[in-house]
Formats: sequence, structure tokens, C-alpha cells
Amino acid sequence: MLRFLVGRLISIVLTVWAISFVAFAIIQLPPGDYLTAYMAELSAQGERVSPAELEALRRQYSLGDPFLVQYWKWISGILAHGDFGSSFEWKRPVTELIWGRLGNSILLEGLAVLVMWLVALPIGIYAAVRKYSLGDYLATVFGFLGLAVPNFLFALVLMYLTYVWFGTTLGGLFSPAFERAHWSLPRLWDFLTYAWAPIIVLATAGTAQLIRIMRANLLDELKKPYVTTARSKGLPEWKVIVKYPVRVALNPLVSTIGWLLPTLVSSSVIVSVVMNLPTAGPLLLRSLTSQDMYLAGTIIMLLGVLTVIGTLISDLILAWLDPRIRHGGAR
Amino acid sequence: MPQTPMADRPLLKIEDVEIAFSSPDEADIVAVRQVDLALSPGKTLCLVGESGCGKSVTARAVLHLNDQNAVIGRGRILFSPPGEETVDIAALKSDSLALRKIRGNQIAMIFQEPMSSLSPVHTVGDQIDEMITLHEGLKPREARERTVSLLDQVGVPGPHERANSYPFQLSGGLRQRAMIAMALACKPALLIADEPTTALDMTTQAQILDLLKELQEDYGMAMLFITHDLGVVAEIADEVAVMYLGDVVEQGDVFDVFRAPRHPYTQALMRSIPTIARKKERQRLSPIKGTVPSAKDRPEGCSFTSRCPYAFEPCAGTKPDRTPVGNHVARCHLLTEGARKAEVPA
Repeated sequence: MLRFLVGRLISIVLTVWAISFVAFAIIQLPPGDYLTAYMAELSAQGERVSPAELEALRRQYSLGDPFLVQYWKWISGILAHGDFGSSFEWKRPVTELIWGRLGNSILLEGLAVLVMWLVALPIGIYAAVRKYSLGDYLATVFGFLGLAVPNFLFALVLMYLTYVWFGTTLGGLFSPAFERAHWSLPRLWDFLTYAWAPIIVLATAGTAQLIRIMRANLLDELKKPYVTTARSKGLPEWKVIVKYPVRVALNPLVSTIGWLLPTLVSSSVIVSVVMNLPTAGPLLLRSLTSQDMYLAGTIIMLLGVLTVIGTLISDLILAWLDPRIRHGGAR
Repeated sequence: MPQTPMADRPLLKIEDVEIAFSSPDEADIVAVRQVDLALSPGKTLCLVGESGCGKSVTARAVLHLNDQNAVIGRGRILFSPPGEETVDIAALKSDSLALRKIRGNQIAMIFQEPMSSLSPVHTVGDQIDEMITLHEGLKPREARERTVSLLDQVGVPGPHERANSYPFQLSGGLRQRAMIAMALACKPALLIADEPTTALDMTTQAQILDLLKELQEDYGMAMLFITHDLGVVAEIADEVAVMYLGDVVEQGDVFDVFRAPRHPYTQALMRSIPTIARKKERQRLSPIKGTVPSAKDRPEGCSFTSRCPYAFEPCAGTKPDRTPVGNHVARCHLLTEGARKAEVPA
């Protein structure tokens, strides 16, 4: 087990390094740089910038350096003193901008995942055990509806309905009073009164998928002989199902936790824009359009790191759940 | 049917049972048409027949372990545990408390595939402990002590460590021994063994059969043993019931049936066993002609009609009665009407 862990840690370091390189390369791919985008914006407003001025700015941000030199400056800054560079657009260090928003993202998506699992697993189990029953068909219909309706549309409908029915506007994650406060019980309560809507919106699509996967996995397991054995022992039916086939059917799902989080972060961009959520998604979008390279690069890299860590965590959970993986002897 | 005196009532009596599988878009399939069996303590009844003849379905019906669409259409399954009232298991609901008290506790079962019949994610010990804590309410530690001694008793070496192993860490033979230990955990009155040796190699098979016989003597339990292997029958059975396509065609004392089979199907089965002989004494094996028809195409009368070399008028239309022949019974028209025609080879 220890060897497994050490091996994984080494490969994680290498993967993260590769991710940082690719992330930096991606944000350099579009033609031009922040200054050309900035110039375009200024001239659209009718202002003129002299070529000499531009050259001075470019030297100041060392945008004229070769790619590898720029990369080296960036990565050595991160490794040496946790400096991810500065955002051109916001004129502030990237770290200052990111932590709060990334934290909001993780909190929001984490809660969405939790809701997803809590809702989907019991329904999936029910749908498998009572295959082709009315409940199974209802779960399927609503599941596919949730899958088919675009998130942002659902968000808009929800905002409209709450405005019509309750006269409140949904949007944001905090009321102004708590926007910059430290975490406390009242702030948590304030957060929940705002966050329930985006959580529901983000959870719906995933729920449908999860119900289908759980149902299919469990249907496979229910036919296995060990279920009959458990039944022949005299266990009550619900215990037979929950203790044996459900337990085995969960394993493939656990292994997906890892990439669930980053997928949610990137898929929630539109929802975040629509509902005006201070999460990482819109920040990433904006930094990409304005070629704010250090900010964009950092967000992309951190998403990559999240995936890697998430995968490690789900691998560890899987090894803990499934002895065939833990002992590496599955036949 | 010549039975032992009434004093020792049979432990399990299957009377005239029919089992049908329903399906939403087809007519019901009657997998088991008519089965009568009786089991007594300390005795082994072997249910033999080829795949799909309904032997497993019959055995599983005793504990309601068939799929949900299987219905016991007719008949009774009377279970009379020593010192208790007789229960008709066929009338019990599948998840009822009454049935759950019988399952595992009074009637236990072992299965064909010891690998897939044990949960892959629980240790062998946990799976045996569960049986004991469930039916006898022992504390986990006491249950584990019993588990270890059970594993020891069924010949698992190093039972302490093995109890903490997962099924995939054990060999096929050890797994089946663990399965047997689990089935015996609550000292059942009846053990149903559904082809317990089919998935094992010959040597292990012989060891497991010996173990089962030994344990039967120790525990005095009745055994319902399902197999398609006549060699295994000869090894372990006191009585045998031969099934073909949902019908019991011949049943009775194993020596009697083997020595003088009277149903054409049993006779044909006996002829299809290869024997070791000197070259000049060798005979060609004679397989049974044709293939088993589907249960849908089964004739109203004797189900062996389509493949029987002696079939005559009444066979297809009328169901033959149980006819005593020597020390056992068979269902064949040749034994009643056909006796006049005198063409049944003995």
C-alpha cells in the first residue's frame, strides 16, 4: 500500500509539471498577446497608443521574451515564493484574485455533487430493483428531462419563477452584507439561502446520468450468484440488496469522483454567468478572451491539479472499498 | 411408493409441484411439471438430469430462490423440522419472516460456483459470521470463534488467517469448503447442494464429496443433491430421482435404479456412461437420439416421447402414472399397458 502511494505521488509530481507546461503553452497559442487585445480595445474606443509606448509596455511585462524564458520566469516564481504572476487586466496578483473564487467554486460544486449522489443513488437503486415498474419509468423520464434541458435555461426558468412567485431575485452567492465577511454561522446561512438555486441547477444534469449508471451497474450485479447466496442465508431483502450488490455496484462510480469536480467547474461557466456567481468559471472565461495569460494559465493549471488530486482520492477510496484492487489479485 | 414406516415422517415432502416462469410477451413456460420427492434425516436424495430439466429450479423453489417471475403453480412443499409443526413452504411469501427463519437456519444451500457465489468484497469470515449473528444472535467475537472452528472442521488449513481472506485469495476447493462451512453454520436439518462439485477438478471433487458425507454423518442432516454426473450419484446418493424436461421419470433406491432402470430415459442415460474395458470388450457409446425439445413443445403425455425408441399410442397424449417396479417407481406406459407387448428390455 505504501509503495502504491509513493509511486502515485511521484507520478503526480510529474503529471502536475506536465500540466503546468501544457497550460502555459495553451494560453500562448492564440495569435497576439494581452497587449494586442488591449490595443484593439483601446482603438475601438477611439484612443491611440503610440508604437513606442507599446514597445515599452511589452518590455515591462517581458512579453517579447521567447516562450521557454517566459515559462521559466512563471514556474520559478510559483516554486520559489508561491507567486503565480500578476493579472494584466486587474492589475493585481493572480493569487489574490483566485483563492476566493476557486474556494467558492469548490464549495458550490462539492455541494452539487453531494446533492447529486444523495438524490441519484437511492433512485438508481430503486429503478434497478423494481425494473420496468412505474417508478422506474418516472425516474427515467425525469432523469432524461434533467439531462436534456440545458443548465442555463433551467437557471433562467428558476430565476423567473422565484421572481414571479416570491418577488426575490436569485443571483450571486452572498447578500452584500456578507460578501467580504469571514466564515461564520450567519454567513453560512446567508450562503445557503443564495446557493440552493445554483446547487439544484448544477445537480440536475448529473443526477440523471448518475441514475442511469447506478441502475445499469446494479442490474448487472443483481443477477450474480452471490446475491442468491445472501438471500439463501435468510437476510431481509433490503439488506441483501444494500449490503451486497449495491456495495459492488458503487465501485465504478467512486472512480469517477476524480474528474467530476473539474468537469463541473468548466461546465458551470454559463450558469455562473447567468446567475452572477463569483466562481472560477467566469473569471477563466474573461481571462481567456482578454488573453490575461498568467491568470488564465493559473486557473487552467489549478483545474488540472484538482483533477489529479481528485483521481488520487478516488483511487484511494476505491482501494479501500474493493479488496480486489487493494490486494491486486483480481481474477 | 414403498416408504419407510410412518413413525419417521419425512423432513421435506415435495408434493405434485409445478413451477412456471411467466414473461410479459410470451406464454408461461412450465419448467417443472410434476415433482414428488421426500427427504428423510441422514439420507441423501440425488436429483439427476441434463441441463434445463428443472432440477435446479426444483431445488431453488424449496427456499424461494428462483427469479421473481417463477411461480409455484400447484402443489405443496411440506417441511417438518424435528419437534416443530409442519410448514407448507410453497405458501410462504418470498421475503416473509417465516421463510427467512427457515433460510440458512433450517435449510441451507451451497451452490455451483464457489467464486461467484461468495461476495467478492467481503472476507470469507465476515460472510460466515453474518449467518451466525443473524440466526443465533451471537456477538461478533463469538460468531468469529464459531466461524474459525467451522472452517477448521471443513478442512481449511490455517482457519484463523483464512477467515480474513477474500474469496479471490483462495483456491476453488477452499472456497467451496468455506461455502460448506457457511451452510453448516447454524446446523441445518436439510442441506441443498446445487451441483457443488461441478466447477471443481476431479481430485477436489472427490475430497468435497467425502467431506459432505462425513459432515452428514456428524450432523445427521438430510441432503438434496443436484447433479448431472451419474458418477457422483453413485458416490453419494441413498435415493435418486431422474428428471427429464420437468418430469421425474424414475425414482427410488439408488442401487435399485442403477441396477434395473425401467424408464427408457434412465436406461439410455446408463448406456451413455463410458466404461473402462479391454479393447475387444469395448462397446460403442450409444447417445440418446435427437435433442431435448423446448418446454413449450413438450407433449401433453410423457415428455420423453419425441426421443423414445419405444414410444407408442398413449405416450404423447396421456401422462403415465407412477408405477412401482421392484423397489422403486417409474412413470412409463410400457410398464402398464406395454407389459402386455413385452418389449421393454429389462
